[in-house]
Amino acid sequence: MSRYATDHSVGIVTPRTFDGPGPLALRSGTTLERFSLVYETYGELNAARNNALLICHALSGHHHAAGRYADDDVKPGWWDNCIGPGKPIDTNRFYVVSLNNLGGCHGSTGPSTVDPATGAPYGPDFPIVTVPDWVNSQALLADHLGIERFAAVVGGSLGGMQALQWSIAYPERLANAVIIAAAPKLSAQNIAFNEIARHAITSDPDFHAGRYRESEANPDLGLALARMIGHVTYLSDSGMGSRFGRELKSGDLELAQDVEFQVESYLQYQGRNFSKAFDANTYVLMTRALDYFDPAHDHGGDLAAALAPVTAKFLVMSFSTDWRFSPSRSEEIVDALVAARREVAYASIDSQHGHDSFLLPLDRYFDVLGDFLARAHDDVERGSDR
Amino acid sequence: MRADLKIIAGQVQPEWRVLDLGCGSGELLAHLKATKRVNGYGLDFDADNIGACIRAGVNVLEQDLNEGLANFEDDSFDLVVMTETIQAVADPVLMLQEMLRIASNCIVTFPNFGYWRCRAHLALRGRMPMAKHLPNDWHDTPNIHLCTFRDFEALCEDHRLPIAERFVVDADYHASPLMQWLPNLFGLTAYYRLTRDSHGRDAGTDRV
Repeated sequence: MSRYATDHSVGIVTPRTFDGPGPLALRSGTTLERFSLVYETYGELNAARNNALLICHALSGHHHAAGRYADDDVKPGWWDNCIGPGKPIDTNRFYVVSLNNLGGCHGSTGPSTVDPATGAPYGPDFPIVTVPDWVNSQALLADHLGIERFAAVVGGSLGGMQALQWSIAYPERLANAVIIAAAPKLSAQNIAFNEIARHAITSDPDFHAGRYRESEANPDLGLALARMIGHVTYLSDSGMGSRFGRELKSGDLELAQDVEFQVESYLQYQGRNFSKAFDANTYVLMTRALDYFDPAHDHGGDLAAALAPVTAKFLVMSFSTDWRFSPSRSEEIVDALVAARREVAYASIDSQHGHDSFLLPLDRYFDVLGDFLARAHDDVERGSDR
Repeated sequence: MRADLKIIAGQVQPEWRVLDLGCGSGELLAHLKATKRVNGYGLDFDADNIGACIRAGVNVLEQDLNEGLANFEDDSFDLVVMTETIQAVADPVLMLQEMLRIASNCIVTFPNFGYWRCRAHLALRGRMPMAKHLPNDWHDTPNIHLCTFRDFEALCEDHRLPIAERFVVDADYHASPLMQWLPNLFGLTAYYRLTRDSHGRDAGTDRV
């Protein structure tokens, strides 16, 4: 049992919407005339406005990171075990901001939004968004909230890539960056898994080239398959083994049953749920953003050179059995920060839960994160964060 | 601050890049950052030590020294330090060579197994020595490569690892005339500075 299993919560939360101040120029060269971001905040912004902490979400995440919308909500926000009073991301210390990224399907402007130019949903015509575009839009949200500089920007997986991008694009606007279970860019294998997931979606007859809403259809099977593939890469062999083993659904081996093993049942359940909750065009868009991310690209592949503008202090963390973004991928970021003479601490957490570890309340993981953020908060209080 | 760390700090120039192998709770690096604005990194493998470093704002990297230092480029640091750690390293020769690859200046400190109390322990009691500076039982110790000062110097000689300087101190990190006379018998901790500079050797002390 984790020491971090606690009932402490930020309580009832309410999402809000930020309307962008004007058109947003995207990396792809196109411009989004109007955009909105849905977000939540937990904790209080202090008088000096220097205790804000930004949460960047991963592939299928969203703005609802902590608390509940109503007392009888079955599930709290996706990172409720980590965010709250006395938790590693301590809302007694920090004003936590969590948003749904551009292109998302949980309220921010995305493929399901009506395109003001056509009066119809963007669908597959929603422009390609990249990690730098997300960070630029997040900076506009920070302006709106009166946050000149974040005490920390924190993210796991694709969220960690956003934290990295923040440190490069807006070095003066964050004191600390926390990058958990991420990589400086995707490997060919990572892109291959994303492509298989996209192919599962786009080859579903109900995808209708992304115009499934107009056809009153939804590529449920493709989305479910994409999620099942994703889930296999989020877990480790040993983690799956200890969770499911070769346990049978019914207790007896009944050859030629549709669902014979527990792991099949689990994957099908995950896939089905996901296909009802997530938009197919968004999934295609978000995986593309992952594939394209490569801050070293403009510096001839030299990540240390890309990190030259960085002033933030970094915490980088990896998990021993994560094979989606293995510890060596995190160490690429660490090595580049050391070569660039930047401040960095690195912890490699022993865990059997694969990539999914970053969402679990593992004692050592939360100890390190809590210690780093406590120090970050002390620095801000003392004015020694620069 | 530990007196051996104070001796090391005295060797560091402002704004140097310092790598501390087996940095413990990060005491040396925290001091060097505060007093000399060094760009320092510490390696450690112990969760408690890593936590202490993070709380102190020290750049600590979780890394097993026995898996090598290939992630650090040639000449990428001004100084590599290893205090009270070499006796726990799997391949001390490779470690020293790697340290001298990463920086032209290296400092190594370790406990002297030739200290008279250790010798007496073995000679009179017939048991593996245990002392304040060597508190572990033989079967339950990280110290797999204990050596005497003389052993260490012979190793450096054999492998052309030039010793530029040596201090020998007691438990309180003080030097006495006795241990200058017979360091391998009366010195408890040795502090060696190794350098890639071929002239460094001339500035060194006499052999033990």
